[in-house]
Amino acid sequence: MKPSIFGYKAPATIEEAVQLLAADADAVVLAGGQTLLPAMNFRAANPSLLVDIQHIPGLRGIAVGEGGIVVKAMTRHREFELDADVVRVNPLIAEAMQHVAHVPIRNRGTVVGSLCHADPSAEMPLILLLLGGSVIAHGPAGTREIAAVDFFRSFLTTARHRDEIVVEARFPALPPGAGWAFDEVTRRHGDYAVVGVGCVLNIDGEGRASGLRLAACGIADRPVRLSAAEAMLDGKALGGSDLDAAVAASLSAVTQPDEMTVSASYRRRALGTLIRRTVTDAARRARQRTAP
Amino acid sequence: MKRAMKPAIPDRSDDPLVAVSLTVNGEQVSRNVSVRMLLSDFLRHELGLTGTHVGCEHGVCGACTVLIDGKAGRSCLTLAAQAGGYDIRTIESVAAPDGTLHPIQQAFKECHGLQCGYCTPGMVMNIVGRFEEARPLDLSDAGIRDLLSGNLCRCTGYGNIVTAVRRAAELLGRK
Repeated sequence: MKPSIFGYKAPATIEEAVQLLAADADAVVLAGGQTLLPAMNFRAANPSLLVDIQHIPGLRGIAVGEGGIVVKAMTRHREFELDADVVRVNPLIAEAMQHVAHVPIRNRGTVVGSLCHADPSAEMPLILLLLGGSVIAHGPAGTREIAAVDFFRSFLTTARHRDEIVVEARFPALPPGAGWAFDEVTRRHGDYAVVGVGCVLNIDGEGRASGLRLAACGIADRPVRLSAAEAMLDGKALGGSDLDAAVAASLSAVTQPDEMTVSASYRRRALGTLIRRTVTDAARRARQRTAP
Repeated sequence: MKRAMKPAIPDRSDDPLVAVSLTVNGEQVSRNVSVRMLLSDFLRHELGLTGTHVGCEHGVCGACTVLIDGKAGRSCLTLAAQAGGYDIRTIESVAAPDGTLHPIQQAFKECHGLQCGYCTPGMVMNIVGRFEEARPLDLSDAGIRDLLSGNLCRCTGYGNIVTAVRRAAELLGRK
């Protein structure tokens, strides 16, 4: 289908873009358009005005420094996935990115756009939450930093105000020696996850997990940290009974109701499988990295 | 524009117009188009470049894939209005001017990598985009299937397309 009529502005400054958003309650930001345009073609989204931010200076690129990784608003998924410095300081990102749609979509879609869309089944919001990252929002009153845990509020809903533009996202580097893993269950290659799980952990000299983080997408109205499982696994040797207990403690985190193609019980099964798989893979990598 | 035709469709639209100027297959083109015109429709209806096919119009089927600034992208998920200044390449730019097939097209032909051919322009543009990247190719079955995963084909069952990608790599000396 074709989109319904809308206005189109491509401002040259961030201030102008924010003013356009503030002046029109139905205006939306256009970055890569890989989610917005399909929604408009379906007429599921009917914005009055598209504010195309691609020509605003300073919204491109990736910076890797002491504090982690800064991804600007117009940075495409594919740039993030293939950036050698990002892979070096945080290989979890490239692993998760393999599951984000298909290469032609990743060539155009933006990381920050995916975060702002906040699909509860999407990979990048889960990764930002898992790593404890944040976003920087620019609005009429200036800029503010919003932690991932506060940013994702509900289905397609974030803490971003309507007249704010998220100008960058900040992804922390992995802790030294940390192991990582991301995996998901999908119905077809490249689809949104039915359930996705990410894990980061360190293994200490005694062979026990420390700093263990687990998060999932596809199980609730937003990505969630599996804090009950984290608490049970931290300090453990991650044997079979440890994993059994962590899985059992996580099943109540699945709050998505039965849907046409996926039941809640299937999501719980998938969640359990993915927790076992990602914790085991992350532990294996941590042991490899810390092996003498 | 070579091989292009201008369809005689009267413009009865009351849509707001926007001026766009971009490069398509090496030629500069400028048009006033509806603000909601998709790049796929711009290529087909404004420029007559009907080799870019339109399937699902929501980014799933990949038939409309073109090269946008050298990278494979969906022309149905890009507005013509967004494309000002972009460098677009379509399937019409792939074969030599005398009609000699590009090695990727030749490989599809040799390997029976198409049947009805509807998905083929998008497949070929996606593959061209990947082959033009300097990074090594993953020519395992899984690697090729990942490359092709954003392009749907309803005739071939994909086996011959996977073979065609491998044959194209051979013809082009790519690894």
